[in-house]
Amino acid sequence: MLRLGQRSLQTRNRFSIGLLFTLPSIVFVLLMIVYPIFYTFTLSFHEWSGSARRDPEYVGTSNYDTLLNNDPRFEDAVMRTFEFTFKAVAIELILGLAIALLINGEFLGRGLVRVLILLPMVATPVAISMAWLLMFEPTVGLFNEVLTSIGFAPRLWLGSQDEALGSLILVDIWQWTPMMVLLLLTGLTTLPEEPFEAARVDGANAGQRFFYLTLPLLFPTMVTAVLLRTIDALKTFDTIYTMTRGGPGYATETINIYGYVQSFEYFSLGKASSLLVIFFAIVLGISLVFTQIRKQWGIPYND
Amino acid sequence: MKRTWLVLLIVALMGSLIGLVSVQAQEENPLAVGVSDEYAGTELRLIFANHPWNNSIQRLLPQFEAVSGITLRVESYFEDQLSQRLQVGLTSGNTQADAFMFRPLQEGRLFADNGWLGDITSFATGDLEWNWADFQAAAANTVTFDEAVFGVPVVTEREMLYYRKDIFEENGLQPPATLEELQAIAAQLTNTSEEFYGVVIRGRRSPAVTQFSSFLYSFGGTWQNEDGTSALDSPEALAAYQYYGDLLRNYGPPGITNMSWPEALAVFQQGKAAMWLDADVFYANVIDPNQSVVADNVGFAPFPAGPAGANQYNVTSWALGMNAESENQEAAWEFIKWATSPAVVLELQKRGTPGARISVWELPEGLSGFPEDYAAVVQLQSQRGVGFDRPRVIRVGEARDIVGTPIVTSIEGGDVAAALAEAHEQFNTFLGSDGG
Repeated sequence: MLRLGQRSLQTRNRFSIGLLFTLPSIVFVLLMIVYPIFYTFTLSFHEWSGSARRDPEYVGTSNYDTLLNNDPRFEDAVMRTFEFTFKAVAIELILGLAIALLINGEFLGRGLVRVLILLPMVATPVAISMAWLLMFEPTVGLFNEVLTSIGFAPRLWLGSQDEALGSLILVDIWQWTPMMVLLLLTGLTTLPEEPFEAARVDGANAGQRFFYLTLPLLFPTMVTAVLLRTIDALKTFDTIYTMTRGGPGYATETINIYGYVQSFEYFSLGKASSLLVIFFAIVLGISLVFTQIRKQWGIPYND
Repeated sequence: MKRTWLVLLIVALMGSLIGLVSVQAQEENPLAVGVSDEYAGTELRLIFANHPWNNSIQRLLPQFEAVSGITLRVESYFEDQLSQRLQVGLTSGNTQADAFMFRPLQEGRLFADNGWLGDITSFATGDLEWNWADFQAAAANTVTFDEAVFGVPVVTEREMLYYRKDIFEENGLQPPATLEELQAIAAQLTNTSEEFYGVVIRGRRSPAVTQFSSFLYSFGGTWQNEDGTSALDSPEALAAYQYYGDLLRNYGPPGITNMSWPEALAVFQQGKAAMWLDADVFYANVIDPNQSVVADNVGFAPFPAGPAGANQYNVTSWALGMNAESENQEAAWEFIKWATSPAVVLELQKRGTPGARISVWELPEGLSGFPEDYAAVVQLQSQRGVGFDRPRVIRVGEARDIVGTPIVTSIEGGDVAAALAEAHEQFNTFLGSDGG
């Protein structure tokens, strides 16, 4: 009896010590992640301008109602965000795959090339934006100099409603293709050798090996890479804000920019919160879809 | 014993010497007259905008610190970031700033409503020597909400025409007196193949609104009717929007819909435009040879007259306010009082920032800091014009976006009438929900 009691005491002790050690991280998660999300969620049912005098006023689902049914600007922003994300990630995937295949083999200066290719990713977004802003400048910018010198008409780039979003996609591709390369390269190096050897023995050509082996084997990695990039691209803020602030007109106003405008320029904290909740739901939904895709069609080699 | 006396004597001597020096310093420095050292040891946190006023006063701050014994810690931001920085600090309710610059026409009403701006009525009206009555009535009005004073005006501005004297001379031109002439001259001087443009003005959706306002008023339009509904459906408003867009599309630099004042200013500074219309406070940036390649060739002219006359805006663009939650309100007032005292306002005005004190404007010295032709224009325009350069509402940011959208449509050559009709409808809905 005594021994049993001792043991249970020990277990309890061990349990409480364990709790003690994990407590900081639990508190951290509660305070820094759960609380803000909960607060945003609560605030999304209120109207508040940050007043110290008046408490947030409960307005039910009217913020959601306005956004979803009566706010063309929000609707446009959603479509724009999808367009930006889809185009950017699709091009990044193709480019990334090509570059990854290219630098996967053994060649002289491989290490150097791999480091260089990562540079855009590690540079500060705001600094990048400033540099691109100068290059896009319609009168003295590099791009127009180049275009006119080879006989093309100069473009307005960020200065026109029609070209601004495309210009921003270009920046995103430049900045984030390296991330795609990095992820796909990791995937490529972990691919097993045997199927390729077998294919070669059976006389498969390079194209066949790529389409019937590399692609399917790499598929799970590609899904993960696209998922990560998609979430990131959906949330792009820094480059857009520094370069266009959502303009000209509203031509580059994405959900994130619109949320910023609602909270920091219009002081409509309630509406901004409901916007963020919707955005959160969208991102969550997309993640779930991707996870499903991976589960369904991802073919880990050993299965 | 003797030694103790000696030590005491030396200490006393030194003490009086220091006292003497500081008294002398105070006497020698007219900029610090009347500053009390009652709050010595206090640290004040100030948040300023990146603005010529800030650049000028930064150089005077050490003199205030020396006499008052108050330590000043200044943070500076571009105007939008400033607004955001204040909002975050003030919403969270921690006293991060004791005093700050704010835009009475942009955030004043909201900040006061939200209880962020301290009511300084008793400070302002209680100090007869400092003299609240010396501030221009229009300026005082823009910081007074429901009879309570929430700030002290520090910068007043009016829209002005900056032009290239050398180019006008070469072409035998006089600065335009009417908007019609402005357009004709812009057309004449634009040379796209050499990347030289007749005129540059802000074209970005929201920042353009303030500079467009003078055009709107001069065409006979305005933002809101007396009854608080949108006035954007008037033919005058349509004409103004059409004119502004046509002018900038045909004779302005490419990419103008992305330009706020720093970008437009840069175009003019680099000698790529013949005319620039913007607030008169920026003249120092234009005639500074370190920033501007056209420094020696800039002329100044009043805003040209439209069909309804020359009605440029004439506003208090910046004021100093106090954080309602500050624990150092007395010390903060000591600073605000100093920064807006006749001596300091005069000094700032000499350095090129037009203030709001009547007495300073009346002094010949008050204009001595300005080039002669500039002073003449500012004086002329400070007597006239409209006291607001954007819709007068609580949520100004949203209103600016609504009324600014047709400006972009117009610059891009779109259907202005349709865009304006849509803005008119949106603006009415907005005004109905704005509650002020």
